[in-house]
Amino acid sequence: MHDDPLLKITDLQTHFYTRPGIVKSVNGVSLEVRAGETLAVVGESGSGKSVTSLSIMRLIDPPGRIVNGSILFRTKQGKRVDLTVCTEPDMRRIRGNDIAMVFQEPMTSLNPAFTAGDQIAEAIMLHQGKRKKEAWSLAAEMLALVGIAAPEKRLHEFPHQMSGGMRQRVMIAIALSSKPALLIADEPTTALDVTIQAQILDLMRKLQMELHMAILLVTHNLGVVAEMGSRVAVMYAGRIVEEGRVDDVFRSPKHPYTIGLLASMPRPDSGGKRARLDAIPGSVPSPFAMPPGCSFAPRCRYALAECDAVIPALAETGDGHVSRCLRWRDL
Amino acid sequence: MSETLLEVRHLRKLFPIRGGLWNRVVANVQAVQDATFTLSRGEIVGLVGESGSGKSTLGRSILRLTEPTSGEVVFNGRDILGLQGNEMRRMRREMQIVFQDPFGSLDPRMTIEAIIGEPLRIHKLASRAERPAQIAELLQMVGLSPDYRKRYPHQFSGGQRQRIGIARALAVKPSFVVADEPVSALDVSVQAQIVNLIQDLQQQLRLTVLFIAHDLLIVEHLCDRVMVMYLGRIMEFAPSRRLYGAPKHPYTEALLSAAPIPDPSRKRERILLTGDIPSPMNPPSGCVFRTRCRYAIPECAQTVPPLREVEPGHYKACIRDVL
Repeated sequence: MHDDPLLKITDLQTHFYTRPGIVKSVNGVSLEVRAGETLAVVGESGSGKSVTSLSIMRLIDPPGRIVNGSILFRTKQGKRVDLTVCTEPDMRRIRGNDIAMVFQEPMTSLNPAFTAGDQIAEAIMLHQGKRKKEAWSLAAEMLALVGIAAPEKRLHEFPHQMSGGMRQRVMIAIALSSKPALLIADEPTTALDVTIQAQILDLMRKLQMELHMAILLVTHNLGVVAEMGSRVAVMYAGRIVEEGRVDDVFRSPKHPYTIGLLASMPRPDSGGKRARLDAIPGSVPSPFAMPPGCSFAPRCRYALAECDAVIPALAETGDGHVSRCLRWRDL
Repeated sequence: MSETLLEVRHLRKLFPIRGGLWNRVVANVQAVQDATFTLSRGEIVGLVGESGSGKSTLGRSILRLTEPTSGEVVFNGRDILGLQGNEMRRMRREMQIVFQDPFGSLDPRMTIEAIIGEPLRIHKLASRAERPAQIAELLQMVGLSPDYRKRYPHQFSGGQRQRIGIARALAVKPSFVVADEPVSALDVSVQAQIVNLIQDLQQQLRLTVLFIAHDLLIVEHLCDRVMVMYLGRIMEFAPSRRLYGAPKHPYTEALLSAAPIPDPSRKRERILLTGDIPSPMNPPSGCVFRTRCRYAIPECAQTVPPLREVEPGHYKACIRDVL
């Protein structure tokens, strides 16, 4: 057993050097993922949650660049690697093998010119060095594992012959074929219907237990967080503003943004129809005009004058629960 | 007491698929089948279903934005499917639509003033001199500053654009609005603002709204009654509280249990549907849901279950009485 985390990100900064200016998409993110756990990263568009996950895989293309911070990862061989500085060949061995990724778009993340079998078998041959015949039979096993009926037949189908839910299962089959220690799932069910979403989430939970894999789940859906996460990190404008156990954060949120997000969701069978929702006023600040202090202050009903002056540090509010708010005690 | 505004009878929409040597019709996508229901003046009715269920097509067919294949749409006592030219144009003033995509549904080359002023001009509702005042009033009504009127759509956020789309729809003072997934593309914190706006305007203006959405929580919050569609057919139609509290159709039951609830302390039994929605080109015989239904019996394959009233105001299309 390891006590140290599987993934430890410290003060990550990923910036994009665009013509109108520098976009600090990820601006000092630190987080840890332990073996076998699910960390949900939740945030709205532009919060930096996807850029964080792409930074881990080092899939940031110019004009973007990781400018600061470290991403320590423990490989299957037990080696500690800083993903921000390791060589590209090393990174290629880690990608897909130790860390796999499932994207939001099941429509575009598969190659339309190859069958599902080709694409799963390719991953198996590449990462496990198997021969083609063996890889294909393993591919059929993977398809069965992700709950696809008649896998031998489906192996020979092209992506366009499959539904969205089926394609996402194929993506998961590819991702899991090398039994990664960490699965990064970036909005894996956002493009899917709710009944299919329920199937995919159920599948991810089951496979996580079987393979003892950690999941970094990136989502904007608080419902999905509540059902899947053991811990949750809430991101806003490039920073983590609150982190803690899912139960704690939902029961007693310690950051005004989290409080606002939870209050803006309609509650099931509250019976209070016709009540108004507690909306957060305003919208996310432009990346070119970030407030000088707390980036949520302009929309915050608890904001004081100090909030515009300093960027609050993450304060420990309880057991493993942190908040980036000066006034967390008053909330 | 409640006055009927809209009556839809046996509405049907097929999209022909052409192919082969002579470009013949080789198949039909049965997007909407036999939709029959009425909406009362001043109510807000939710229309939910998964992608491909035909909910958007139904909304658009009612407005004749896609021409229905057959059926009747009686609006204020007149069957609008027979109306032509000017008569239909006049009718359109009464019925408007708000689209899902706040990015694609506003012309990027038009100022906000021009976008909101266009329906006023087309329907000759305001002279050139009166227009600026009306546009300012509409902008204020949707919570935007009239100072923005010279700006272009790209200068606004998604939520603000959706407000502009709503102002455009309300410019002609309609009595009926189809809102086709108006908050689906927005972030959670902004969603709530737009839901509140729709609710306020609906009450202020006594609008009748058909609110199309796939977010079940928002529909429960906002709507008086809810209609559930699956594969082109209405499966259940009931007052919100009844539909969410005690769904009577197996599909509604599964759909509600599949929706993730933002509350980790609520653990519930989930009904996992197996498989995918069948192709609307070749839907199952009898009940279209039977292939995924855990209560299905052989009779379900025989006849298409009619939408029947099982309790006052509660309709379902399922032959089984008890689940």
